[in-house]
Amino acid sequence: MSKSKFKNPVVKWIDHRLPVFSFMDHELNHYPTPKNLNYFWNFGSLAGFALVTMIVTGIVLSMNYTAHVDYAFDSVERIMRDVNHGWLIRYIHMNGASFFFIVVYIHIFRGLYYGSYKAPRELLWILGVLILLLMMATAFMGYVLPWGQMSFWGATVITNLFSAIPLVGESIVTWLWGGFSVDNSTLNRFFSLHFVLPFVIVGVVILHLVALHRFGSNNPIGIDVKGTQDTIPFSPYYTIKDLFGLSVFLSFFAAAVFFFPNFMGHPDNYIEANPMVTPAHIVPEWYFLPFYAILRAIPDKLGGVLFMFGAIAVLFILPWLDRSSVRSSQFRPIYKIFFWILLLDCILLGYLGAMPAEGIYVILSRIATAYYFFHFLILFPLLPFIEKTKPLPFSISEPILGGAATASAMATREKK
Amino acid sequence: MSTKSSSKEIKNEGKRDFLIISTYAMAGIGAASVAWPLIDQMNPAADTLALASTEVDLSSLEEGQAITVTWRGKPVFVRHRTPKEIKSAKEVSLDDMRHPETDEERVPNEKFIVLVGVCTHLGCVPLGQKSGDVKGLYGGWFCPCHGSHYDHSGRIRKGPAPTNLEVPSYKFLSENVIKIG
Amino acid sequence: MIKYSSKLFSNGILKLFLSLIIICFSSVSYGAGEKINYPQLNWSFSGILGTFDRASQQRGLQVYKEVCSGCHGMRLLAYRNLKAIGYNEDEIKAFASENSVSTINDDGEVIERPARPSDKFVSPYPNDKAARSANGGAYPPDLSLIVKARPDGANYLHALLTGYIDAPADKKVPDGMYYNKYYSGNLIGMPQPLYDDGVVYADGTKATPDQMAKDVTAFLAWASEPEMEDRKRLGVSVMLFLLLLTTLSYFAMKQIWAPIKKQ
Repeated sequence: MSKSKFKNPVVKWIDHRLPVFSFMDHELNHYPTPKNLNYFWNFGSLAGFALVTMIVTGIVLSMNYTAHVDYAFDSVERIMRDVNHGWLIRYIHMNGASFFFIVVYIHIFRGLYYGSYKAPRELLWILGVLILLLMMATAFMGYVLPWGQMSFWGATVITNLFSAIPLVGESIVTWLWGGFSVDNSTLNRFFSLHFVLPFVIVGVVILHLVALHRFGSNNPIGIDVKGTQDTIPFSPYYTIKDLFGLSVFLSFFAAAVFFFPNFMGHPDNYIEANPMVTPAHIVPEWYFLPFYAILRAIPDKLGGVLFMFGAIAVLFILPWLDRSSVRSSQFRPIYKIFFWILLLDCILLGYLGAMPAEGIYVILSRIATAYYFFHFLILFPLLPFIEKTKPLPFSISEPILGGAATASAMATREKK
Repeated sequence: MSTKSSSKEIKNEGKRDFLIISTYAMAGIGAASVAWPLIDQMNPAADTLALASTEVDLSSLEEGQAITVTWRGKPVFVRHRTPKEIKSAKEVSLDDMRHPETDEERVPNEKFIVLVGVCTHLGCVPLGQKSGDVKGLYGGWFCPCHGSHYDHSGRIRKGPAPTNLEVPSYKFLSENVIKIG
Repeated sequence: MIKYSSKLFSNGILKLFLSLIIICFSSVSYGAGEKINYPQLNWSFSGILGTFDRASQQRGLQVYKEVCSGCHGMRLLAYRNLKAIGYNEDEIKAFASENSVSTINDDGEVIERPARPSDKFVSPYPNDKAARSANGGAYPPDLSLIVKARPDGANYLHALLTGYIDAPADKKVPDGMYYNKYYSGNLIGMPQPLYDDGVVYADGTKATPDQMAKDVTAFLAWASEPEMEDRKRLGVSVMLFLLLLTTLSYFAMKQIWAPIKKQ
């Protein structure tokens, strides 16, 4: 600390008293990162980018939005028609929600594939699941704000889930609504919460990053970093890789915003909310569809709600459900197959969530729901007892077994 | 950092050539151009601009009467001046005025004076439109906030205001109809 | 050997997975309801570079004004917006002033004044209930967003407007209802609006129902998405910028990583 690494005297002066520059230099510049990360490790920074995009466009939209049942729909259309660049900002925000979820879902499945939730990263994972929950709450309340038909009926259906709670359910729903149906009070509180929750997410993201930097990133072969030969400084290697990933991501995002802005939305949401008429097919936004399918798969109201929340709850305890000592699926031949089955199962659930709850769809969604819980509650704890994992390489620098491994390296492995 | 990896860094430092600099420059340009829509959205929207002009029919305004109309969210004073008021506005000497302007410069049609009714001191609305109002020492308008006195031409004569009451841009569409803005 | 086969396996899975996503998306976006096939037209405004046809839009405005506006409002559109489809300020002023809006005068009385360019399109009914009762209980929807508010809106609208046929013998059409082959359930409260020469086009275009339906759809598509042309134009430059940035950052990344990859 005596000899500052900064040349600029102003930076030096500030850093001596408030070491923000040292902190940034340490955590963003020199931060040692495994050198073998693949493109799936881009999605963390992309999620951060998406969060910032949503907050910035959201603040700007809130300057032009009116949270009142009589004006909300028209104020959104005023943004689309009269506010300078309003259509651009709103379409970025609207599609940004979908892209945020795409990025986060890929980020989660990457964690599942490479065992990133395992010790010592359990809290890192749990904070991540918490972010997902907060995102879902935020996205749901944001979808209500344009006050279209889907906004209104989505809000009605989802808040009614709480009525399944025995004894106090009805009171809770009335409390959520601030009235006897979804109305102006509901819209106002949803606006307030939709505004504030993203900042709570930022707080949890900071904790997520602190937990990440405690042990550093996991990596595709899932073994711990053995020394500096396994790592490279974050900058310039991962800054440029993240920039490349960001450009690719933005290309997809811009294509959606400029050429297919309503592809992931629903036409009914361009009809103003009407509490007297429910649209023929109400479906939630696509990112909720797998959970919606689980909800409908269970023939009992309370049961459906419990299973739906249970689907997220199992993620919280995943670090203790999975008994395998090997992180990466690359060395778990059987789990690897089940991983892909789980992914397909989730996509199937998403598809079933969009279909009417009748006939074959009900049966399929029950099978898919059963598999989901089988995977987490039975497969994860029991599979390690029957699975024979492949031998792990000695270190990241020497991923091929035996090949470049030196005698001393062999010796250390013996000791282990 | 081990010496090995820092020497690697230095080697790379030298390699940061045109390609890498232009990549980051492009990213910077992209980020900067995104800022404009976010800033510009705070400028008046199309529907606000569409209301930026207003038409006023003065045919029912009798001599000595005044009306206040709203234009761009602010009060606009229109007063039908009496010959006496016109005379006093025209004949007064400009010498000791804080903001010397002739009445002709300020009032194209001497019968009707049109002013933005916002005191140039700190933005209060002066009195003098209603018949019972205090009109100040010079018979025009009087700002109650900090005591600025305006004359029949809306010129500042006494008090803290630095300039005369603003004249909005307006034109007569016909003898008795004006379009402000 | 084992490694090879597992790679083959995950490749296969990946392909299956991608095709499943495509299937899901295509079926989800069509919606889950019973599907009615209607003609897919080649609109000037569809596609990535499509723009609106001004002449068709102007004819469409005429159809809206002379046929639709008797029952359907367009409350989100202002007269000043018509500048975007090629009218000048005087034309807009004249067009607006044919309508009147109620306002309160200085004496507190409700009076009617001619509409100005800054006013929104005047709706035919004072409120929803009046609209409903004047139309036998069926509410004529506001058309400001109609093309965006229906799946495949432009094709649907054109089909609906030209879909009036005689009801099949076994179908009973109640009073005040009409038979339309493209309407969900076939019974619609709106009588056939477009007939041959229902309007007289100033530019001499023959006013067939099909032509009028196309024109009014072009007008309504613009009303739903007035930003569309700006959006696509900006989109093209943004995509070109991103293509350049992606290429540059890819090669910059390769260069920065070269010493690491060599190890």
